[in-house]
Amino acid sequence: MSVKSILGTAALAVGLASAATAQDDPLKVGFIYVGPIGDGGWTYEHNEGRLAVEEHFGDQVETVYQESVPEGADAERAITQMALQGADLIFTTSFGYMDPTINVAQKFPDVKFEHATGYKRADNVSTYSARFYEGRAVQGYIAGQMTETNKIGYIGSFPIPEVIRGINSAYLAAKEVNPDVEFNVVWAYTWFDPAKEADAAQALIEQGADVILQHTDSTAPQAAAEKAGDVYTFGQASDMAEYKPAPRISSIIDNWAPYYIDRVQAVMDGTWESTDTWGGIGTGMVGIGEITDAVPADVKEGALALKERIGSGEYHPFTGPINRQDGSQWLAEGETATDETLLGMDFYVEGLEGEIPN
Amino acid sequence: MIRLEKRPEPSSLWTAVTPVLAVVLTMIAGGILFAALGNEPVIAIRTIFWDPIFGEFAFYYRGQLLVKAAPLILIAIGLSLGFRAGIWNIGAEGQYIIGAICGAAVGLAFYPANLWIVFPLMVIAGAIGGFLWAMIPAILKTRFNTNEILVSLLLVYVAEAILAWMALGPLRNPEGAGFPGSRNLRQYEAAANLELIEGTGIHWGVIAALIAVIFAYVLLKRHMMGFHIRLTGQSPRAARFAGVNPNMLVIFCLGLSGALAGLAGLFEVSGPAGQISIDFNVFYGFTAIIVAFLGRLHPIGILLAGLLMALTYIGGEAAQSTLGLPAAAIQAFQGMLLFFLLAVDLLTNYRVRLGREGVA
Repeated sequence: MSVKSILGTAALAVGLASAATAQDDPLKVGFIYVGPIGDGGWTYEHNEGRLAVEEHFGDQVETVYQESVPEGADAERAITQMALQGADLIFTTSFGYMDPTINVAQKFPDVKFEHATGYKRADNVSTYSARFYEGRAVQGYIAGQMTETNKIGYIGSFPIPEVIRGINSAYLAAKEVNPDVEFNVVWAYTWFDPAKEADAAQALIEQGADVILQHTDSTAPQAAAEKAGDVYTFGQASDMAEYKPAPRISSIIDNWAPYYIDRVQAVMDGTWESTDTWGGIGTGMVGIGEITDAVPADVKEGALALKERIGSGEYHPFTGPINRQDGSQWLAEGETATDETLLGMDFYVEGLEGEIPN
Repeated sequence: MIRLEKRPEPSSLWTAVTPVLAVVLTMIAGGILFAALGNEPVIAIRTIFWDPIFGEFAFYYRGQLLVKAAPLILIAIGLSLGFRAGIWNIGAEGQYIIGAICGAAVGLAFYPANLWIVFPLMVIAGAIGGFLWAMIPAILKTRFNTNEILVSLLLVYVAEAILAWMALGPLRNPEGAGFPGSRNLRQYEAAANLELIEGTGIHWGVIAALIAVIFAYVLLKRHMMGFHIRLTGQSPRAARFAGVNPNMLVIFCLGLSGALAGLAGLFEVSGPAGQISIDFNVFYGFTAIIVAFLGRLHPIGILLAGLLMALTYIGGEAAQSTLGLPAAAIQAFQGMLLFFLLAVDLLTNYRVRLGREGVA
């Protein structure tokens, strides 16, 4: 037992010491990424946020990052490593880093942690995420009118609430403008794997889909669509502008920069507190990338109006009446979904076919 | 003129020297790579190879080295027995996954009962899970003469699909708000494979890896089975005359390597990883193949190779976050290690001669 406590204290002491010496030094901000920074999607945008922090604060900050960190035991080590090396604030930017972040945060009470897309918080752990589903509604609105086969393919990553929410939101918006629309969801079980994503896109195209939505981070589906021709896609997490004007006809852009700058500032000012942030189109965390000329002008205009209405809070993408897939009532006429039900969403809305894997 | 001349016998000196030479060559080539990326090569190499063991935070990294090396060694030991006999189990990753699932399922079935028997049962279930998964290529090979390389490899993808199904379905944490992933076994005392001495990184998997090393050493040196394995690898015909039953050997080698991979998975899921999740596996099963060859298929060699491989991972991660080296550079660096090992391996079986071939 004595060895145990000595080692434990030593670890803690180093943690404290490194936090204490950080006073005069620049604030050290760490980022843990799930993909490579060149993924052109999710991790790319988080890294853009990091660069924005560097640009904004100059010599006052020093940023470090580690890319392609697997979600699991390795993540805990990577985060510990950053904390040991004196990081004052660490952003862990994938859902699977949730438990590792909480575990490391317990050992380093003086280091601040920010976990993206999770739901576990502590005194020194905040969570943040974006209301991607707002962007999905705009995509669904465009997709529903662009499809000629009335078949929209959707590449899902993992069947977690965030992804299911996106599918529901896109479907409801598409259905609204095109009652005949059908969604075909393929689960890739990865956030970033160009080969798997390309296969999924190919399979969807062969099954007749002429518009493809993706909740994975690479540009492989765009490339597959380009090759097939006459198939439209949307940029995911990042603009994916290299596929403009078609197949990529618009995109959802995650803009983390303002949030990251705010949080770094809060640590500098000593005002940082554990919070739960869920920003959307209104706060600028979710952006809609340029809608290209491949989209008819009236559709584009309608999409921008929808974005406007969502951003101002005038319209909620989940506004009743909406039934669940099994036909039971979820939202009554005029009722909007609470954040709580959205955060735990584990069902399809009425009209979607197929089952959520479980 | 440089010529290669086949040695009558593999050189025992070069057998021992080539792994070290490969590491040195990797450091040099890696240094050039890091320099080309704008880093101080000496600092980069020191960050990878020296700092985790002797640097400022070595008290943390040393333990992590064991955590990372244990599954590699445990799996590689099992693989090396088959490899020696020419039985190629490439699917340890799948056996690792199935072992983890079976072990975790047994633990979760008892939740929340805090009985001492839970963890031993999980260990047994993990080993049996890996064993049975390896029996698929084994039996197909002995009955239908299928290729165990292909069957075991393809079963990895089946195992990954089962893993996803388990994380989303049967083993999903009922209190996890619909998110995939099982309960965290580390937070369930009876099933947790925690550090035995805090801060050292030593958990049951590390102990099991050490036992496996000793077991394999004794088996190969002292046991008839070890003799059969070595004989089959060197001369399958002679082995048959010596009374070796090739089918039994396939079953034994695949079964044992499967069981050890399953154990590695169980210790990982109940310890460092903590839970069954969709991407629980991180290619230990494939990396262990490199470890087995880097260690010359010799138990002690594998022990050292496992630690070295773990060092390149841990040091590589440190180099990423402190020096800003890209992850791809670290992967290339690890690839170089295998490349150089295979390249200098030539020296074991061939002699380099300078000058013209003599006229006979």
